[in-house]
Amino acid sequence: MYPGPLASTSRNSHRLSVMTILTLAAVVALGSFCAGLLGALTGLGGGIVVVPLLTVLLHIDLRYAIGASLVSVIATSSGAAAAYVREGYSNIRVGIFLEVATTVGALVGAAISGVIPTSALGILFGIMLLYSAYRMFRSNDDHPPSTAPDPLATKLRLNSSYPTSGGMQPYAVEGVLPGFGLMFVAGVVSALLGIGSGVVKVLAMDRTMKLPFKVSTTTSNFMIGVTAAASAGVYLHRGYIEPAVALPVMIGVLTGALVGARLLTTANVRWLRILFTAVVVVLAIEMLYKGASGAL
Amino acid sequence: MSESQAGHATGAPRLSDHALEQIIGRLLQIGVLISALVVVAGGIALLIRYGGAPADFRSFRSEPSELSTLGGIVRGAYRLDSHAIVQFGLVLLIATPIMRVALTLVAFWWQRDRLYVGITTFVLALLVYGLFWGHA
Repeated sequence: MYPGPLASTSRNSHRLSVMTILTLAAVVALGSFCAGLLGALTGLGGGIVVVPLLTVLLHIDLRYAIGASLVSVIATSSGAAAAYVREGYSNIRVGIFLEVATTVGALVGAAISGVIPTSALGILFGIMLLYSAYRMFRSNDDHPPSTAPDPLATKLRLNSSYPTSGGMQPYAVEGVLPGFGLMFVAGVVSALLGIGSGVVKVLAMDRTMKLPFKVSTTTSNFMIGVTAAASAGVYLHRGYIEPAVALPVMIGVLTGALVGARLLTTANVRWLRILFTAVVVVLAIEMLYKGASGAL
Repeated sequence: MSESQAGHATGAPRLSDHALEQIIGRLLQIGVLISALVVVAGGIALLIRYGGAPADFRSFRSEPSELSTLGGIVRGAYRLDSHAIVQFGLVLLIATPIMRVALTLVAFWWQRDRLYVGITTFVLALLVYGLFWGHA
């Protein structure tokens, strides 16, 4: 008999065929591997595919899915940290300053998640998926580094420089307060949906604060793990983290991300991006439909 | 952090920001590796013992306190309970970004950067609160 929360098995089991713990682990690990692989190849991270995979395809409760996904987000963020640091682009002061907003946002998100209906979460998730698909097709053309710093950025010593082919390139930071506000939203969304919300973080840093694109993405990686850790701690206490679900998700996403990072340097990933975008759009429609019809 | 920003601090030769970040990045990778090994070890035991049990996670039942409080998880892992070992590995994983913030705090403290020692301490306090007492 399985101990813990599942000791009294389900009233619903007669409706759908019941997998064993082992089969479920194998299916989830395989799906999470693909999610981690595609997440690494596209830079979106695996979390955004893991939650729909678990809920829509495998009918796992949204809370278990969010708990497992946050764990995998932390694994990929921390696992990739050394590689990002080697590149020398991240801005730790910007990261830690904005972490104030994302961490508070994550704790607020975790606190309100219990009272938000899952149908609303499904719709929010669908919107995030569609936005991610859209961002993937927008070119990431780098804007010239800003030279007009926000006075607050100067005060907080956020302006810095980053390595380019032509030596160290100084850059200024703009829009500190709007960026800070967007980061709060990123934190709330991360906790509510169990994703890294890297797209919102890059949007805040790249578009609003005018950081160079590479600085935005590497700093975002640093922040994603910290934000996810804030809500994962709360969800652990609330019993959202089920070992039998989180185990295959973590191992699957982590190995997928490692293989993806290898492939990224060798393979042509254009067709994979197109495939991934198609997957994301289909999942978005599913989440929107399930959310709107109250089937989540 | 740029080296020029760290340069205002005087005294003993200090590690550059970039070197510090590299050390922190390595430590994080080691943290992820250790937690993954713990999770896999516990996971193998879990799958051998309970692999044939029906998996029904369609409706939510909160995890018992043995798997949702730090004390319960540590006690269970000590008894070599497979679920608790997996959960202990996951707690180690959740702790790695928190370690990153703690090490960043140490780096700012070395640089005598009071403003960022303050900001980093605030973030660290929120994270520690979430992990230790986060039933809010």
